[in-house]
Amino acid sequence: MDIPVRYGDYIDWDQLPHLWCPGCGNGIALKGVALALAELNIPLHKLLLATGIGCSGRAGNYVSFHSFDGTHGRTLAFCTGINVTQPDLKIIAFLGDGDCGAIGGNHLLHAARRNLNITVIEINNFNYAMTGGQFSPTTPLSSITSTSRKGKAEYAMDTASLVAEAGANYVASTTVYHTSQLNNFIKEALLTRGFSFVEVMSSCPTYYGRYNHIGDGPEMMKWFKEKTLPRDKYEKLSLEEKQNYIERGKLVQRNREDFLTTYKKRRKK
Amino acid sequence: MKKMFLDGNVAVALGSIRAGARFFAGYPISPVSELAEFCSHEMPKAGGIYVQMEDEIAAIAAVIGASLGGKKAFTATSGPGFSLMQENIGFASMAEVPCVIINGQRFGLSTGVATKPGQSDIMQARWGRHGDQSIIALTPASVQECFDLTLEAFNLAERFSSPVIVLTDATLAHLKERIRVPDPAEIKTVKRKEPQGPPEEYKPYQPDERGIPLLSYFGSEYILKVTGLVHTEKGNVSSDPGVCASLIDRLERKIYDYQEELPPPRYYGEEKAETVLISFGISARAAREGMRRALLEGISSGLIQLQTVWPFPEGAIRRLSSHASKVIVVEMNRGQVTREVERILPEGVEVNSLLRADSEVIYPREVLEKIKEVQ
Repeated sequence: MDIPVRYGDYIDWDQLPHLWCPGCGNGIALKGVALALAELNIPLHKLLLATGIGCSGRAGNYVSFHSFDGTHGRTLAFCTGINVTQPDLKIIAFLGDGDCGAIGGNHLLHAARRNLNITVIEINNFNYAMTGGQFSPTTPLSSITSTSRKGKAEYAMDTASLVAEAGANYVASTTVYHTSQLNNFIKEALLTRGFSFVEVMSSCPTYYGRYNHIGDGPEMMKWFKEKTLPRDKYEKLSLEEKQNYIERGKLVQRNREDFLTTYKKRRKK
Repeated sequence: MKKMFLDGNVAVALGSIRAGARFFAGYPISPVSELAEFCSHEMPKAGGIYVQMEDEIAAIAAVIGASLGGKKAFTATSGPGFSLMQENIGFASMAEVPCVIINGQRFGLSTGVATKPGQSDIMQARWGRHGDQSIIALTPASVQECFDLTLEAFNLAERFSSPVIVLTDATLAHLKERIRVPDPAEIKTVKRKEPQGPPEEYKPYQPDERGIPLLSYFGSEYILKVTGLVHTEKGNVSSDPGVCASLIDRLERKIYDYQEELPPPRYYGEEKAETVLISFGISARAAREGMRRALLEGISSGLIQLQTVWPFPEGAIRRLSSHASKVIVVEMNRGQVTREVERILPEGVEVNSLLRADSEVIYPREVLEKIKEVQ
């Protein structure tokens, strides 16, 4: 099989146009994945895109390599079996904030703890968009959504910090506006042995942007530009100022042994 | 062949490994914890992997993932875990992923009695998932059958490209009996076929003449698209009514139309008996002994022991009970199989049942009493 060299070789063009709304960030994140794969020259049959349920869950339909679209939240549990039976396969889990933080929160923590050889791209668009824009665990406090018309009363979950704490080898977060940082993080994550996690804060002008008067796709891009700060700058802010910003950047890069390597060593004793 | 003295849990695990299973994922639960423990040390020796997951939802998911990675895979659980697994078993039916689920049934609903037996997950095995589908469920009645039918479950999973459920129970799980374990060379195992031809023309869900798809594995040059959404033969998402109808129709018929190939009911006792017992699992042991005692007392009786409970072996039961005027269903629940028997037998056959739902097994003397009572 020929090794693809262009990012477009990783896309199944026959399945386009995609079903995502104008201004949605999913395409930018998926292109980031395809660009990294082309740069790393990974053969198609050595790749799997595993998704969950929701808008991001449809991404598998648009790639030209192996894809798996599981039940809501359980993608990383499915990937556990795939990873240990096909250790040479590059597994990219392309998940939403519901998949990562709500219904699949436990599986995310345990997959990171086991340090499975999987790269997770979390598309965090701050809401359940496929079902009409309800708030999710990552929706910021006070946000307007279809189930919090007067503002969300719950604090937001920081999935990247949780995954870092759980034991992942690589954790970073950025937005669909900061594309060069995004593409770089995805590439670094794919080069990591063990569990890697990139949180991609993504635009949903149809629901989150509209409900919170941020605006359409380009306006949401501006919002990401102004609303987020690199991690080092953010850390220097006062507690009060921090409420107005979201941090982005790398949290963790380390080299703990992955699950399968440890498992095989222990069983040889 | 080797004679071994094993309990039902170990016989199931050994049967799985001999069938070629190389992946087990589970979550500790009574009464099948010993099965997981056995796999944790024996699976690596066979070149396989044991993973202890964070819950039963994850366990069945990992099993499905391992199967899509090209390995035969299984899990074992009991009622509460079986309930948690239902959504993903439905996924395995929809995505046609071969895998085996062992349910060591325990008493009651909810937490019930964790260490005592029941046979009340029969309907859950059949209808636990949302949506129309078919499923295969086997019911061993002895430690030997735990080995044999689990082995067969793997072959059927591969042959039908479907999840297969094996229903044991807390008594059978811990019952020790001497069994014959065939040598690996004597065992006939089935493995899914591999795709042929140009990879770019490969369609994972294009069925063969028996309605079975030809799944490759993740990592193969034959690109595999797997989804729980309605999908085309290529594996791409579709909501076209024609695609929906033909997929659901095929998923049901690929098993129903070939159910004669599944393990048939066993028949014991007098041929053309007037009173026929119908039972399965551990209850069939008591039914057989009760029937034997009835025969000694001169009562014309026989026993149909179901090895396959789903799809319900309607044809075989009708055939084997065609001379009977009375039928007694013996089961440890409130009549789950009885209702199926009532549904399929012609009018004029008197359907009785001996039910027990108090966490105790049914005894042969109760069976004998019931046989006498209906005469």
